[in-house]
Amino acid sequence: MHFPTDDGVVKSVDGLSFNLERGETLGIVGESGSGKSVTSLSIMGLHEAGTAQISGQVLLNGDNLIGASPEHVRRLRGKEMAMIFQDPLSAMHPFYTVGHQIIEAYQVHNSVSKKVARKHAIDMLDRVGIPQPSSRVDEYPHQFSGGMRQRAMIAMALCCDPELLIADEPTTALDVTVQAQILDLIRDLQQEFNSAVIIITHDLGVVAELADDILVMYAGRAIEYATAHEIFTAPQHPYTWGLLGSMPRLDRERTERLKPIQGTPPSLINVPSGCPFHPRCTYAELNGGASETDRPEFVEISPRHFLACHLLEQERQRVWDNDIKPTL
Amino acid sequence: MITYIIRRLLASIVLLFVVSVITFSIFFVVPRIAGGTPETLATRYVGRAATAGTVHLTAQKLGFYDPLTVQYANWAKGIVVGSTYDYGAGIEKCPAPCLGYSFITKQPVWPDLLDRAPVTFSLAIGASILWLVAGVSVGVLSALRRGTIFDRAAMGVALAGVSLPIFFTGLVSLAFFSYALGWTAPGGQFVPFTENPAQWAYSMILPWITLSFLFSAQYARLTRAGMLETMHEDYIRTARAKGLRERNVVIQHGLRAALTPILTIFGLDVGLLLGGAILTEKTFSLNGLGKYAVDGIFTQDMPKIMGVTLLAAFFIVIANLIVDLMYAVVDPRVRTQ
Repeated sequence: MHFPTDDGVVKSVDGLSFNLERGETLGIVGESGSGKSVTSLSIMGLHEAGTAQISGQVLLNGDNLIGASPEHVRRLRGKEMAMIFQDPLSAMHPFYTVGHQIIEAYQVHNSVSKKVARKHAIDMLDRVGIPQPSSRVDEYPHQFSGGMRQRAMIAMALCCDPELLIADEPTTALDVTVQAQILDLIRDLQQEFNSAVIIITHDLGVVAELADDILVMYAGRAIEYATAHEIFTAPQHPYTWGLLGSMPRLDRERTERLKPIQGTPPSLINVPSGCPFHPRCTYAELNGGASETDRPEFVEISPRHFLACHLLEQERQRVWDNDIKPTL
Repeated sequence: MITYIIRRLLASIVLLFVVSVITFSIFFVVPRIAGGTPETLATRYVGRAATAGTVHLTAQKLGFYDPLTVQYANWAKGIVVGSTYDYGAGIEKCPAPCLGYSFITKQPVWPDLLDRAPVTFSLAIGASILWLVAGVSVGVLSALRRGTIFDRAAMGVALAGVSLPIFFTGLVSLAFFSYALGWTAPGGQFVPFTENPAQWAYSMILPWITLSFLFSAQYARLTRAGMLETMHEDYIRTARAKGLRERNVVIQHGLRAALTPILTIFGLDVGLLLGGAILTEKTFSLNGLGKYAVDGIFTQDMPKIMGVTLLAAFFIVIANLIVDLMYAVVDPRVRTQ
């Protein structure tokens, strides 16, 4: 996914590949500007159609969405794949009732009467845990609390029983106490609806309990992709180490400060040569400068564990065992 | 919601009172501040040739020696219950609502206003429908096709429309469409709608188009700007994510939100025009309220000017009230607070 701009081509997402089964959850993790949201929007076909150059394949049940007619993709949106967004207040239309917005989503893909659709909307609101759904269905988004709005968004997204649900930072705009409730809700509904879920977040804590697999992105590229268990117990990329180190933990003694990752994310126009993370990487010197010149391949280093890093396996193991693991 | 309506209604009544005080002040207090005396005010009613005694008597009978509050009370009372003008040479009746009595035409102003209002109303209502439809549709298309030849051309024409005054576009279109081509009625004709709707439309079509051209231009620019903004809102992305057809995304979600501020301006513009479209009426020689006021100015017939001023202010206050109430209808955030 490339965006030509006046300043050069923004390589927003580059060489990314993953797959997901029904009932599975994938967490996409990365800093701001790492291409997480662009990835999800291009799956949905919601990227800026005018300027974006997109290449590759998005296969939904074997149906390639890239290059498919916009009308075909539109019919799939909401029905086969749905999305919830970061800020539920701005993501809902202020002038229509919550019920109207769910009914509308249901009626686009199902030729049913307004009455049936309304009943379905009330059912959906009930299922996402909104009290008195039959009266709240006629309320407006501004009359809902933040957590309730996100529940309503989830109801809207799931009303056509999609195969894929993409949640783009679903809890970032919410109170901490509400965040856990929303994540629990997403997990419960996923089991009920048996859909595939992609959770996009900058917070490893969000995906820790939810995700089966985790994809770590940096500068528009996948740098590590493994099961959640592997990512948390045996991460291999220095950037993933950094993310883990910067995550607050309740199950550890508070002996020292959180360790931020040095530096800032790179510009996506002038992506650093070689490994895009090398300017911020503490261990870039350990392999004779290969990180500065050669782009590391994204390879499967062990079953279902992909990595893009020049460090040799022994080096990674040594650094992880000696420097990283004890501090986490 | 009920309290909102009551609050708006009360505010409108207060506003009407304030407007009447200001209008009264402009016509009766400001001349005094500028050095006028009760006698100089009275000369307007008896003519310059009258003797000093007659002027004094008239000033007394018209109440110009009374305190200003009493004068205002009498004047306001006239609007509500009507009044009689005893100016020495005779007694003139001015039944309610007495917005003034012209001593030049020896007639109360109100019947004149009633007579002229249909012309102005026809002009304002016809033109406003035209410009709302034309302006909003061009604005929406321009926003959706931003940067294309259509957008550039439309915005170019809109810029011309905003900049060109009515007396220019009006005269050019009269010369072209009425006199050269003979497609439309020449100026100065007005057939009431109740008499012959077809003739009514025929006589008004050119003034409508000319007046709405000016406003369409403004509305196209406003709509375009509003649409460009709302089409980038998150809820538009949500609407697309639901799989809605692009047409519904644009109209039901985009335009619905962009239209709200436009509706406000629309209400006020129509209210303003109902009080008289001076330039258009003058250009097309339509005997509406605006032309009536202009004629009053040229003959220094104060009560006429004052009558139109009051009526125009009344329409603006009413339009304001309607806009406020409409806001509660279109924006649930206003209604449910």
